[in-house]
Amino acid sequence: MAILKTEGLTYVYSAGTPFEKTAVDHVELELEANQMIGVIGHTGSGKSTLMQHFNGLLQPTSGKIYLDNRDIWADKSRLREVRFQVGLVFQYPEYQLFEETVYKDIAFGPKNMNLGEAEIRTRVLETAQMLGIDKKLLERSPFALSGGQKRRAAIAGVMAMRPKILILDEPCAGLDPKGRNLMLHQIRDYQKKTGSTVLLVSHSMEDVAEFTEKLLVMSQAKLFCYEETNLVFRRSEELKALGLQVPQIASVMQMLRKKGYELPEDLYTVAQAKQAILNLLRKDGKSC
Amino acid sequence: MLKDITLGQYFPVDSVIHKLDPRFKIINTLLFIMMLFAGNHAVNLVIGAVFVILVQGLSKIPFQMGIKSIKPIFPVLVFTAILNLVFIDTGETLWSWKFLKITEGGLQTSAFMIGRIILLIIGSSMLTYTTSPILLTDAIESLLSPLKKVKFPVHEMAMMMSIALRFIPTLIEETDKIMAAQKARGAMLDNGKLLDRVKAMIPILIPLFVSAFRRAEELATAMECRCYQGGEGRTRLRELKATWKDYCSLTVCGLFLLLIMILNSIISY
Repeated sequence: MAILKTEGLTYVYSAGTPFEKTAVDHVELELEANQMIGVIGHTGSGKSTLMQHFNGLLQPTSGKIYLDNRDIWADKSRLREVRFQVGLVFQYPEYQLFEETVYKDIAFGPKNMNLGEAEIRTRVLETAQMLGIDKKLLERSPFALSGGQKRRAAIAGVMAMRPKILILDEPCAGLDPKGRNLMLHQIRDYQKKTGSTVLLVSHSMEDVAEFTEKLLVMSQAKLFCYEETNLVFRRSEELKALGLQVPQIASVMQMLRKKGYELPEDLYTVAQAKQAILNLLRKDGKSC
Repeated sequence: MLKDITLGQYFPVDSVIHKLDPRFKIINTLLFIMMLFAGNHAVNLVIGAVFVILVQGLSKIPFQMGIKSIKPIFPVLVFTAILNLVFIDTGETLWSWKFLKITEGGLQTSAFMIGRIILLIIGSSMLTYTTSPILLTDAIESLLSPLKKVKFPVHEMAMMMSIALRFIPTLIEETDKIMAAQKARGAMLDNGKLLDRVKAMIPILIPLFVSAFRRAEELATAMECRCYQGGEGRTRLRELKATWKDYCSLTVCGLFLLLIMILNSIISY
């Protein structure tokens, strides 16, 4: 069953002025529970605008959004509940930290939900642990942390609300390769553990290939496609036309296939490719 | 959204007045203020009004914009009128109640004062309506440059003003982003009691201040990397150049002032 559904979702910026621009154009979507979903698209394709509709920060110009079959704009007084159920982490979320201690900052969201002190405490500690934030850091000022730690603290602040859907807008932007990898693994572990749906907006095809099950592709304000990650990457020519790429390793495998090596299709991660090449070498070795 | 806030009052249309050298516009505005204060007779107001209508017509600024600029000073107008009515005690008594007394002189003076303030505001807002804030800073720098002789940091002041103006839209955008991020965490910004609302500002103001300081520091570093060392030997992208039109405008304003002064001396004679 779909937990979030959109019908003809359209958003127009500065309607009625010379700067009018359609950012989201008749998007029809159904998101399932318990999934890792990648969101890709060229800069300015409407990804971020679409994401801000999912938790009711932007009101669609036309069209509807349903969360658990309930129109989120039907009753404006319940919009806040929607925001607790659909957590949104913006790009560079470390610039929203404000509390005296990391602990208080992570607790800001849960506190707004009017949870009990004990429940807040468990959630904060659990989330901090999931993201590898040391217990000692929780009593420090968030402004005294390093860049990567600040980022984690800010993401933890949204995760601690335990939303059914968590949207992360480029959570790895500006992190070093090691930090990226760790962050993505932690996000996946969070998803597995909570059984929620995580939407990962990213520019890295490698990251979405390795960590997501489905891909949502936006192009020029329209939904280009929404299907299984490996099915999307099969359409490499179409993706290139949109200004997107397939993962680098997929291009390498394609070139090898063209040269006549018998490698299977649908290889999008380095680990899969390595295994396939090793298999091929072993087979060749035997035949020699 | 916050983005809809108009920046300053600049109203960009193409007109003779818009194209005048901003330095001349500032001087002309000062001359106009002198016109209004040259004497206490109704003739000052009449000529002042003629002048304002002339400029308004030439500048292609809609009439409502002039009216809009008076709105915020409405309380000042009322206050001035009441003070003058109550405290000036000359001429025939028109109305009295206990210790309050309204006289003919008071009525005349308060009407005159209201007229003067309205003209003053509409006239001087013509300057900000027709000149972009950046040009205005350039002009102020150029006009104040003689003060450099007495070691007054004219260039630095002007630079500070232009940087401040430049960063207003940036900070507004930043505020929008931070507000959205805190709303996503369930912050309530637009309802609740006054105290709650003030408290709700904390999650927005703190990140905003932090980012303003960060930007200031980055800008300072960037300026230093480009060897910025103050105004000495610095050339500009837009050189202010006076044309015959500017001297023309100055002459017209000068003549208006002269006319008012002559009329005033005739009347008092």
